Amino acid sequence: MRSMLFRVLALVRKELLTVLKDPQGRASLIVPPILECLLFGYAATYDLHDVPYAVVDRDHSAASRRFLAGFDGSGVFHQVSPAGSSGASGLIDRGDALLVVEIEAGFERHLRSGVPARVQIISDGRNSNTAATATGYVERVIDTFNAKWRAQEGGGPQLRVTERSWYNPNLETRWHMLTGLLGMTGGFQMVLFASMSVAREREQGTLDQLLVTPFRTGEILFGKALAALLVGLVQVTNTFLVAKLWFGIPLVGSVLVLYSGLAVFLVTAIGVGLLVAARSRSMQQALLFTFAVMLPGILLSGLMTPIQAMPEVLQYATQLNPVRYSIDLVQRVFLEGAGPSSLVSDLSHLVLQAALVWVLAYRAFVRHLT
Amino acid sequence: MSSPSRALALVMKESLQVLRDPSSLLVGVVLPGLVIFVLGYGLSLDARNVPVIVVLEEPTPDATELASCFQLSSYFETRVTTSMREAESLMLRHEIDAIVRVPPHFSRALAAGDSEVQVLLHGTDGNRARIIQSYARGALAQLQVRHGGRVALDPVIAQDRLWFNEANDSRHFLVPGLVVLIMTLIGALLTALVVAREWERGTFEALFVTPVRPAEILLGKMVPYFLLGMLGLGLCLLSARLLFHVPLRGSIVALVGASALYLVVALGFGLLISSLTKNQFAASFAALNGNFAPTFMLSGFLFDVRSMPAILRLVSRAFPASYYVRTLQTLFLAGNVWDVVLPDMAVLAVMAVALLGANAAVLRKSLA
Repeated sequence: MRSMLFRVLALVRKELLTVLKDPQGRASLIVPPILECLLFGYAATYDLHDVPYAVVDRDHSAASRRFLAGFDGSGVFHQVSPAGSSGASGLIDRGDALLVVEIEAGFERHLRSGVPARVQIISDGRNSNTAATATGYVERVIDTFNAKWRAQEGGGPQLRVTERSWYNPNLETRWHMLTGLLGMTGGFQMVLFASMSVAREREQGTLDQLLVTPFRTGEILFGKALAALLVGLVQVTNTFLVAKLWFGIPLVGSVLVLYSGLAVFLVTAIGVGLLVAARSRSMQQALLFTFAVMLPGILLSGLMTPIQAMPEVLQYATQLNPVRYSIDLVQRVFLEGAGPSSLVSDLSHLVLQAALVWVLAYRAFVRHLT
Repeated sequence: MSSPSRALALVMKESLQVLRDPSSLLVGVVLPGLVIFVLGYGLSLDARNVPVIVVLEEPTPDATELASCFQLSSYFETRVTTSMREAESLMLRHEIDAIVRVPPHFSRALAAGDSEVQVLLHGTDGNRARIIQSYARGALAQLQVRHGGRVALDPVIAQDRLWFNEANDSRHFLVPGLVVLIMTLIGALLTALVVAREWERGTFEALFVTPVRPAEILLGKMVPYFLLGMLGLGLCLLSARLLFHVPLRGSIVALVGASALYLVVALGFGLLISSLTKNQFAASFAALNGNFAPTFMLSGFLFDVRSMPAILRLVSRAFPASYYVRTLQTLFLAGNVWDVVLPDMAVLAVMAVALLGANAAVLRKSLA
């Protein structure tokens, strides 16, 4: 038992030496994940901070000017050259304006007589998500105007709607994206790391040398996995620190719970990498297969687009996707402060997937490599 | 002297190699098929059948009527309860996305002319929460309409019109984006790996002792992968039209032309990476981190460039994919807006020429 431990530790040392003695390899494991996290934090967002808009005012009244003043006060809108009726469509076509606010003639008259005054919002649907967000901002401007108008001019009984958002009061997508990245990035790196490290030994012939030593197959796998896990935990910690310190996302839950969940996920990812490696004959194939596995894994994880928006068949299929549960777990611990008792579903999925992947990886390894 | 028959022979040789190597066929045909099929169905930013719970703390007829506004909306899957505690525990487990709380004395407040409804959203996915927020407003606005005189209509009402995407289907902009992703994959992964392998195995040096010229080698490398890429493009366009019913409002000639230009850029970039690194491992990481990852994040295929800080918007202009994404979304959804399409195609053409020139220069240097 003790000798087995020594053998595994020796293997871990050898694995870490192979990776870390090469300065280029060292840098490629540490720098890209940090840069990726910074880039992701700024680029991966659905929030809009600047909405170029044009106005077509057919009423030219005091009321319409008062209404339009609400756009200047909001801070997100900026008006592009006030357009005539023909120019507005050109502005949208060229992408110079994201939306056009069109005020009908008789706006003020309708307002005074209690008939709803209509404002048309035309938005550029080439990205329907951005359009919906921008339209939502306009609706907020309208709400504010309505409340003020009622307070000043009266307007009958009203229904007030108060909105509050749990866990993410300002509805920033950055928190969602960065915590999601934390749940996923280690996985991609580890699948690549594990598959490449085995494929490289195979291409260079050192795997055969390893197999004629007294190491057992399980020990070789375990040694590779443990070394990869250590590297993965360092990467995860880097991402965690960038999210926490640079972007200032508050960690509501416990660090221990967070790391336990991530460790199980990394073990699964390493298992997937070993499985991929056992099936590929060259480094090139290992890379391509890694890509073929990870691209759907990441895009269908629920981070970029919600799971609930997928067709039902795919929603079931994502239950096999460890990335989904890892991201869910990280977000719940990070943003909602969930404890182990409310993470039973995520954890049991992750543990079961880890067990399944490792059984498959071990069998494939024995069959194809030894 | 350059000769057409020699170039043709090289093209034939490379094509044979592509056809014999199953992994390049995987990138050229299987991966595009998989990506467009699985992701085209899977990726959507639209919220439908949103699970919500309406809490009626005092189930009066007015309150029930408010609940029915949500029950009748096709956007929501509505449950009704009288217990706020039950609703909160459902929210904690994220089994629902929102709580609509109708407080006690709602009817009395309504009669007095100042009633209040609370909408509590599960905010972790801010984008989804924002969409649900605006649906909830729509459902509550129904109450004004149905409740006649008891709730006054809003003084100003918005009428939304979504140009170019009347169905408000996010797939209509995500599928053109997937085409960009696939073309980038083909260009970046295929050439980066295959040429680097030739360097590793020494077969490139073997080519150099023959009388072939750099331009001919370049042609030989580009043509088969270009054809493979155009095959992938055809696959994508057919899927976009037939499976996902994305409208094609612009000219198909312009679409294919822009795609061909982008493909040359992508292949040229891949070739340049492999000519510079001459090593499979390094080339694959360069293709991944220097090309694929930034394309994924900065091209605007999923995350709109207009949402990014000014500096990143400038950085994204350095990546050819951002021009291609804009042109494709325009040609698919808006039509022939030449003010957008022509300048973007011109930029792509300049990039293509520059990359081909750089490749030829690097090859010439290797030959010397």
